[in-house]
Amino acid sequence: MVRTVGRRILVTGLDTFWGGRVAQALEARPDVDVVLGLGTGSPSVALDRTEYVRSDQTYSILSRIVRAAKVDTIVHTFLIVDSTSMNARTLHELNVIGTMNLLAAAGSADTPVRQVIVKSSTMVYGCSARDPTFFTEEMEGPSLQRTRLERSLLDVEALLRDFADDNPSTVVTLLRFANVIGEEISTPITRNLSRSLVPSVLGFDPLFQFVHETDVVRCLEFVTMQQRPGIYNVAGRGRMPWSEVVAMVGTKRLLLPPVATRLAALPLIRAGLIDLPPEMECLLRYGRGVDTSRLESAGFEHNFTSAGAVDSFARATRLKRAVGTTKPSYTYEADVEAFFRHSPTVAANDRSGKD
Amino acid sequence: MGVVTTGGQAAGTNKRAALVPLRAERPKAAPCDPRMSDVDEWGRSERMRTIIRRLSTPVYRYWFRVEWEGLEKIPTTGGALLVANHAGAIPPDAPMIIHGIEEELARPVYGLADYFFKEIPVGGTLWARLGGVTAHPDNALRLLADEGQLVLVFPEGTKGPSKTYASRYRLRRFGRGGFVEIAMRAGVPIVPIAVVGAEEAMPILFRLPRVAKKIGLPYFPITVNHLMFGPIVGSALYFPAKFKMRVLDPINFDVAPGQERYSKSRVMDEAENVRTEIQEALFDMLRDRHSPWLG
Repeated sequence: MVRTVGRRILVTGLDTFWGGRVAQALEARPDVDVVLGLGTGSPSVALDRTEYVRSDQTYSILSRIVRAAKVDTIVHTFLIVDSTSMNARTLHELNVIGTMNLLAAAGSADTPVRQVIVKSSTMVYGCSARDPTFFTEEMEGPSLQRTRLERSLLDVEALLRDFADDNPSTVVTLLRFANVIGEEISTPITRNLSRSLVPSVLGFDPLFQFVHETDVVRCLEFVTMQQRPGIYNVAGRGRMPWSEVVAMVGTKRLLLPPVATRLAALPLIRAGLIDLPPEMECLLRYGRGVDTSRLESAGFEHNFTSAGAVDSFARATRLKRAVGTTKPSYTYEADVEAFFRHSPTVAANDRSGKD
Repeated sequence: MGVVTTGGQAAGTNKRAALVPLRAERPKAAPCDPRMSDVDEWGRSERMRTIIRRLSTPVYRYWFRVEWEGLEKIPTTGGALLVANHAGAIPPDAPMIIHGIEEELARPVYGLADYFFKEIPVGGTLWARLGGVTAHPDNALRLLADEGQLVLVFPEGTKGPSKTYASRYRLRRFGRGGFVEIAMRAGVPIVPIAVVGAEEAMPILFRLPRVAKKIGLPYFPITVNHLMFGPIVGSALYFPAKFKMRVLDPINFDVAPGQERYSKSRVMDEAENVRTEIQEALFDMLRDRHSPWLG
């Protein structure tokens, strides 16, 4: 048998949108030996050779997995960036404590881990009228009021900085993604845009920057395989007014008053007519832009501009309106998966197919 | 179209493909631009500028009767930082300078202003569409160095337009010299512009600092216009003062661009120098002015 030097990668949040897709991208590469997935639910996408561990992110389990599987790379996609999906306590538990455990497991003595990649968000810059038009990676947002979600992401980044200081031989990559949009992802923004009325604040038409969901996966794959250390903003080129985004998708704006915005929005949020997490409220006034020149000079090329990403979403929305949901349904069935991976019949067929 | 070969055929072995060599080399054609507006990354819209230019042409020509001197000193290519004095309760000098340069030189001008503008509903958005950008050092540097644009800045900030009529044409402190540092870092010249007329267009009698604080404004002026035309019309109706603008010689700094820091004393010297030049130009222009209304 030929000695392989392929990578052994642990992906967190395999049952979430990102974990599943990143694992799919990584397992398709011949230079990746092992893809291990960690998650609390069932995987949402079909996976070919990714091994799946159903577990929460407690430290003792993580460090055992890392050692036993000789994991050399951890791709931490499991950071919650949608505060509408859970309460503040769970959010803190998953983001901050989960990352703390993960980094502790990765940084133990005689660890096999050589690279850690964390998928964060440009939300760490906050949002205020004082913001520069483009945030570079070194800048700190001047905004003083931070939401719980933003604080938890800042905590995660601080943990990662400490980890990088303590483990100078480990490649630490931090990716900050702008608002993600695409055909399948569900975020407060995409949910709003799928409805007939989209919240916006009267008198404000902020500039938004988007990154396409496939570019997110491509970028995570890129930094993993290139082993690039550092902090990178990830966002498509260009920014566009919110009104234009709404027009491109073909819906209408629901104008909230510029004063007492929260108060006016609350009944609508309760009624399920709009999604308006606190992070988005300010974004609907001032927007946010990031500079992506560092990632571009590292050699990564986005397939989609901001406008292109919105267009892709708009096309998917039009299709959904015409034919209903188009999501390919996949349900994870442990027995079936086990059969495909371990059955001697399937294995034999595979071998003869390859020869 | 039918001539173009498809599939994996190598171009070299196919004679027909050799006739159209460009097609095989080119990447997939870019899809048509999905954008629906022309708002750029800074929030400026050329379409909106065109509309506002059309609307403000009568004001520019027949109300303020703007007259330029030395317009040829403004570079026609590359970045330059335009520095001017600022006056009038709701300063009309910024739109007039931008209008004049865009009309005469056909170059866009981005105006730096306090973030406070961005917080105003409707006004903030309109301001951005017309070329207003938050006065953040990184914004200025990007516009000047990376994009080679014309950027207009009033280093006096709100201290300029908030001064009462009694201290007209006396320049306030020029900030902390940040504009000089930005120009040095971007490696672009500073072009000083002296503006006469804005002071008389909307003269401030006194200010109400308590009211300003209460409603979150930088200052709350009571103007002569208010007294004559009431609070609403008086906030929008300027007196027809004669505007004269004098572009002074561009100042180039012989320092290496792109430095993290520049000598603070040098920066302050240069800032004071720019201030003095504009101040002297103003006095010179006022010496020749017979009437604020007729020039």
